[in-house]
Amino acid sequence: MNDGDRPNPDALLSSLQREEAAKKRGRLKVFLGMSPGVGKTFAMLEAARRELAAGRDVVIGYVETHGRKETDALTEGLPQIPRRQLEHRGIALTEFDLDATLARHPQLVLVDELAHTNAPGSRHPKRWQDVAELLDAGLDVITALNVQHVESRADTVRQVTGAEIRETVPDSVLDGAVFELVDLPPAELIQRLHEGKVYVPDRAAAAAQNFFREANLTALRELVLRLVADHVGVDTREFRQTQTNAGAWKTGHCLLVAVGPGPFSEPLIRWTRRMADGLRCRWLAVHIENPRPLSEAAQAQLEKNLTAARELGAEVVATTDDDLVRGLLRVARAQNATQIIVGKPSGNGWLEWLRASLLLRRLARESGDIDLHVVRSEKAAGSAPAVRIWHRSFASNFQQYLFAAGAVSATGILNLALVKFTGPRVPGLVFLLAVVLLALKVGRGPVLLAGALSALAWNYFFLPPRFTFIIATVEDGILFGLYFVVAIVLGQLVARIRLQEEAERRREERATALYEMSRDLAEATSRDEVVWQLVAQINRSFNTPVAVVLPENNKLFAHPDSSLVLSEKELSVADWAFRQRKAAGRFTDNLPGAEALHLPLATERKTFGILAVSFPDKRLTLSQRDLLETFARQAALVLDRVELRAAAAQARLLAESEKFSRTLLNSISHELRTPLAASTGAASALAAAETAPPEQRRALIGEIQEANARLNRVVGNLLDVARLESGQVRPRLDWHDARDLVQTTLRELQRELAAHPVKLDLPAAPLLVRLDFSLAQHALANLLLNAANHTPANTPMEVSARLANDQLVLSVADRGPGIPPEWLPRIFDKFFRAPSAPTGGSGLGLTIVKGFVEAHAGTIAATNRPGGGVMFTLNFPQPEKPPAVEPG
Amino acid sequence: MMNHETTKAAPVALVIDDEPQIRRLLRVTLEANGYRVFDAATGSDGIAQVAQRRPDVVLLDLGLPDLEGMEVLKRLREWNRVPVIILSVRDREDDKVAALDAGADDYVTKPFNSAELLARLRAVLRHAQPQGADAIFRTSELEVDLSARVVRKHGQEIKLTPIEYSLLRLFVTHAGKVLTHRQLLTDVWGPKAVEQTHYLRVHIAHLREKIEKKPSHPELIITESAVGYRLLELE
Repeated sequence: MNDGDRPNPDALLSSLQREEAAKKRGRLKVFLGMSPGVGKTFAMLEAARRELAAGRDVVIGYVETHGRKETDALTEGLPQIPRRQLEHRGIALTEFDLDATLARHPQLVLVDELAHTNAPGSRHPKRWQDVAELLDAGLDVITALNVQHVESRADTVRQVTGAEIRETVPDSVLDGAVFELVDLPPAELIQRLHEGKVYVPDRAAAAAQNFFREANLTALRELVLRLVADHVGVDTREFRQTQTNAGAWKTGHCLLVAVGPGPFSEPLIRWTRRMADGLRCRWLAVHIENPRPLSEAAQAQLEKNLTAARELGAEVVATTDDDLVRGLLRVARAQNATQIIVGKPSGNGWLEWLRASLLLRRLARESGDIDLHVVRSEKAAGSAPAVRIWHRSFASNFQQYLFAAGAVSATGILNLALVKFTGPRVPGLVFLLAVVLLALKVGRGPVLLAGALSALAWNYFFLPPRFTFIIATVEDGILFGLYFVVAIVLGQLVARIRLQEEAERRREERATALYEMSRDLAEATSRDEVVWQLVAQINRSFNTPVAVVLPENNKLFAHPDSSLVLSEKELSVADWAFRQRKAAGRFTDNLPGAEALHLPLATERKTFGILAVSFPDKRLTLSQRDLLETFARQAALVLDRVELRAAAAQARLLAESEKFSRTLLNSISHELRTPLAASTGAASALAAAETAPPEQRRALIGEIQEANARLNRVVGNLLDVARLESGQVRPRLDWHDARDLVQTTLRELQRELAAHPVKLDLPAAPLLVRLDFSLAQHALANLLLNAANHTPANTPMEVSARLANDQLVLSVADRGPGIPPEWLPRIFDKFFRAPSAPTGGSGLGLTIVKGFVEAHAGTIAATNRPGGGVMFTLNFPQPEKPPAVEPG
Repeated sequence: MMNHETTKAAPVALVIDDEPQIRRLLRVTLEANGYRVFDAATGSDGIAQVAQRRPDVVLLDLGLPDLEGMEVLKRLREWNRVPVIILSVRDREDDKVAALDAGADDYVTKPFNSAELLARLRAVLRHAQPQGADAIFRTSELEVDLSARVVRKHGQEIKLTPIEYSLLRLFVTHAGKVLTHRQLLTDVWGPKAVEQTHYLRVHIAHLREKIEKKPSHPELIITESAVGYRLLELE
């Protein structure tokens, strides 16, 4: 056994410790203030000095002192990471150097201004993302933040102060952080401001004057105090329980907020986050996709809303249903939501209001035991103009409208030819047909246009008086009115059915893809197979090139089955995503400049690699991303399973081979040395006893011969086992007389079997069977020797050979003590020796018999006989009938 | 062909084996039994000594440092009919069949029993003599008269089929020597029948019924497992 295969325990332990350390996320401490100027940076630096004095490895990652002397003084003696210099549009900028900090890997790092927006070209758009990466790498971080930059409070701050808040930090970043409140009474702050101790950029001076009013500051102070009070912790939870109405406290709450493509959703999401904070419960942001396509602007707004929800800590669920209410309730029930939050219908057009009110009534009626919150929400500041729901149906492109108009014109020309024979009403029906057919082809907007155009054309060209818009008779007037309504309703209905069908088809495709994926993956038994299936499935479902990147000797390589070639740059994005276990690249916040989307193939336990998907010039819809992530997750789970299984097999193999080699060494040394000892002893005695009587010399010579015969047998058995183990035993089948097999075996064992009478039961005529003579003879000989070795002298043995059920049945039976039933299942195991067995066997004989019989696709069985003794039965399958032999 | 003068004197044996211990053992054993012994440690030296010493029998190991024993055998057989006994640790039937079909006279596996080796040596030396035309094979109960084509058991003539007789004749003329399946099938049924081992099984079984004292315990025609058969001769 090769020691190199066995992991070194010390190496194992240290790698475990390393993994443990990597898993440990760093701690975040936030110095929180109500506004600039309260002394956060100062307090932060003081804290850092205390940590340094306590012997910790502290460095300044980024601190902005704005040239204040007392603050500058505090930075002295603290090591600093040099800032990164970069240039953007000709302006030299300095930024926090994330990579240098990660490379330096201190225990604690100071990074000021958590809400800062990084210069373009940085790894992350926002500094809080840099900090998150530091924490993931196991570094502790101290930072500073003003309450106005906390995402869930930004709205309130804006309402209170009227100031525009551009930079916000998601609340989820602050979860688990320790807050240190830096408080200063508003009057004192204003005092400091007047003394010039608060840094304010010149151009913002006027705005600052407005901001730093005592009323504002008091409100902000209350806000920051409440935020700190609301913040996590078991002790504060009890505190809050007495503060709020204790009766309203329910355990196991789950909030569900409905998110749409409108600008009203974002405040609604913030509202829900605050409520979830208060209840300390999980919350979901749910978007129900319906079959109608969204405009670019609406899609962008939706993504923004969902991203906001994700950043605020929501679990985002996107699903498809053409009935909004049904979809919401389906998700709510599946996720055990206890409360649903929806927006209050706003006054944006009566149609919209009516529709929303109806939905709300249905939701209230059908939600059953789920509470419903209807929350007034305002448009989020700076968001896109309202997208009215029915606007969305005009999202079809310009060409479709042109096509619709063209189709109406063509029908009109056809009708002009037709009208001479038919009168004015048939053209109306022909128009109607054209509109319905159009609805199968184009969106609802163009259908609406076609309906209107064709109604007007019918009236103008065909209804008398022709070539006027005048309608002469009441009948024609009713007909025209009816036509208008029918054309539009029918057109809309058909278009809608078509869209539903398309949505259905897409859903079907998705379900099929998922099904195929899980089915194909379930069959994968190796890493390569998983990769192959994953690549094939994504190629099929998305029709886009894809690469799977896997680690090999601490470096990442694209798997050869990949259909996407990754540049060095893309590989470095994959590398980042791999180390951070986060999605990166296009459509994400991490290195969004990359060409491909990089998704980690990760389970709880481990990251296995990266799935890189390229979407040149394509958008990624929510459901596509969802599907991709599901694929990645599935593949990771299977990779995990494959790896665990391989590890288990490896461990078992190792344990087995270890046990095997130990037994082997013990057994071999015993089996080889015993006859050697006998032979050596007898030979030396013979050499010393030249004058000994002849019978004594003969006895010694007999010992030597016996020992050597035994030694030869042991070596033969070991060689046979080695042949079996290495798979070298391939039977050479030929026709033989089974009687001859038995007779020859017995003849060659005459001396060994001398003490046992053997009764033969053989047929009278040649028994032609197809087998490997020497293997079969060997098996039979081992059985006979085994029987001779385990039974007292003079007990009879019986050997028989016969054909039964297309099998040659050979049996060897003895009248010895039998085998205790509990040992029966183990007697064919290597080196197994029943504790009661006499010495002399190698514990390999029966293993060899079994191996040789199985090489013939045969079977072996051992049973205790009634009346005492054991019977071994060998079955050699005989599918072929023996050929005829002509006499002569 | 050997002449009578050399065989009447002490027979000459050449041992070709690279193991000094085996060479020493064989020298002691053979000299004690009236042989003159030469030895060679390599195949090429062995071939040279066959030409130079004109031995009556060669004991050849298969695993030699310079030439494979099989190669030595083939080169010898190109110009010389000296009886060759293979003495090897290789105990697989394939090796035995290959050596015997290539012209070896017998095959003894190591470790060997000295008495058995000496018996095999005597058998090959005896058959190296030209057979008398009236050769009669006799055991305690069986008598085969090749010139008269008569087989008697306990003095009673027994009837053999033509194939049985051909087989028996072949055994008798090579008494004590292993005949491989191929040799028997080619000789009795012709070269096309070399694969038809089942012919042999059945006819050997019938032959044993007729000539053996106890057909269930053959003592005359014995099976050399997966290699062939041998007629045991009494000495």
